[in-house]
Amino acid sequence: MKTKLSVTLGRLKLKNPVIAASGTFGYAEEFKDFLDLKKLGAIVTKTLTLKPRQGNPAPRTCETPAGMLNSIGLENPGLEIFIKSKLPFLKRTGVPIIMSIASEEEPEEFLELVARINLIKEAAAIELNISCPNVRGKDNLISQDAEATYKIIQEVRKITDKVLITKLSPNVTSISAIAKSAAEAGSDALALINTLGGMSIDIENRRPKVAAGIAGLSGPAIRPVAVKMTWEVFNAVKLPIIGMGGIMDTASALEFMIAGATAVGIGTANFIHPGVGAEIAAGLKNYLLKNKISDINKLIGSLEI
Amino acid sequence: MKNFQLQAKILAQTKIKNSYWRCTLRAAPIARLARPGQFVNIKISAGLTPLLRRPFSIHGISGDKLTLLYEVVGQGTQILAQKKAGESLDIIGPLGNGFELKSARPALIVAGGMGAAPLLFLATKVKTLVLVGAKTKEQLLCVQEFKKSGCRVKISTDDGSAGFKGRVSELLKHNLAGYNTIYACGPKPMLKAVAEVAKKYKLPAQLSLEEHMACGIGACLGCVVKTKDGLRRVCKEGPVFLAEDLIW
Repeated sequence: MKTKLSVTLGRLKLKNPVIAASGTFGYAEEFKDFLDLKKLGAIVTKTLTLKPRQGNPAPRTCETPAGMLNSIGLENPGLEIFIKSKLPFLKRTGVPIIMSIASEEEPEEFLELVARINLIKEAAAIELNISCPNVRGKDNLISQDAEATYKIIQEVRKITDKVLITKLSPNVTSISAIAKSAAEAGSDALALINTLGGMSIDIENRRPKVAAGIAGLSGPAIRPVAVKMTWEVFNAVKLPIIGMGGIMDTASALEFMIAGATAVGIGTANFIHPGVGAEIAAGLKNYLLKNKISDINKLIGSLEI
Repeated sequence: MKNFQLQAKILAQTKIKNSYWRCTLRAAPIARLARPGQFVNIKISAGLTPLLRRPFSIHGISGDKLTLLYEVVGQGTQILAQKKAGESLDIIGPLGNGFELKSARPALIVAGGMGAAPLLFLATKVKTLVLVGAKTKEQLLCVQEFKKSGCRVKISTDDGSAGFKGRVSELLKHNLAGYNTIYACGPKPMLKAVAEVAKKYKLPAQLSLEEHMACGIGACLGCVVKTKDGLRRVCKEGPVFLAEDLIW
């Protein structure tokens, strides 16, 4: 039986729905010993800013029940150094590269970043990270404000034909309201969810276990929240969704697709099983064969409720 | 250097004393490549508890076998200590940079507490004087093993229950004459003290650091330390750093 695994995010065609999520896959080279990178549908870069960022003080991570907290603070070498020292390897993989970007001074920095990325032929899409909880004040994310979300996407949309993905925060009252704003402003796809705000305390010294205090929770612990938000957004807007949050294996990836995700982001699982992305891509194919489903697109949003 | 992920069979699990254990694994590709100072990252249980891998220094190599020395300190090591010979562990390695062995000789080795873990492997290559320090006699590790590997050993304990009474960094001051390089591993305050001694006597020191890690392969950027050149990853640019490059 022939099975179709390819999906599309706007004009971006992926050979399968498995995407290595931003911030959990370095710049791909770190993973080359553990899987055939070509088996991935796409790779999202660690979020880039215009200038290099040093990030937050250590300790930056700690383990929590079925999850982990991180506050890296968007450490990255800046766009120019990325282009010189990281992009060549990514290009050679032949896998679509999604450039994740963030800005300390929007909209100016976003527009400058996008103008530069417009010139990179191999950049298949741009992911606007307007939901990183570890910069720009803790309760002041663009993606927590429907109007600010609309404004920034609209400005970026005006200057680029690249496929535009908007990454949304779960730390909101209604993620559907933000998703609608993003859709109206011209985003081609949505990625959700970024990490949930969290905290963990060392009771011996009464200090937070992550130096920054508040951090972002990821891993299987947040999966039910992420599946629910995927389902909500699927019902609220027509845009394709990259669903993510605690995907560890094929079964958890399928949950997101049935809830309405067109593609799935693999995050924390990359830290534990660096080859898991390729395993999930193969697992999805086996699921289709076993269940006699000819096209993975038939699964998207197929939840019966 | 190439990394491997494999199922390593546990060949032996031995309780040394108190909460200290030694574990021997069969992991041929890793054992063949590993250098002193490198580490492996282990998924201790197949399930979600603990979720992340745990890093362990490579304590020794023999053919296709790899030995670890660990102390039961938390959930991960508790579960590890219950594993029996014949069971397997999902391990990744060899990770990190390891000690630079071409440094000026003669060198001396300073092991504080669990710092003995990577240093015994080093001692088999650099047969020299080893200073072994701990809080008490009960917590001294690998004294016989260092001797068996062809090293001379001097001991310090904070409470004076064995050897020199005081910090191992104090013992270091009394034994520096004639040495050109220091290798050290141990708790952070001890390493800081060793770095100060090294600076004072203008000796290069290679220090093996420890930090919380999520991935161990350079992707998560969780395990950074401050250096003169900015933040560096303990798992990738480390765990061994030159003392003069570190900012404490």
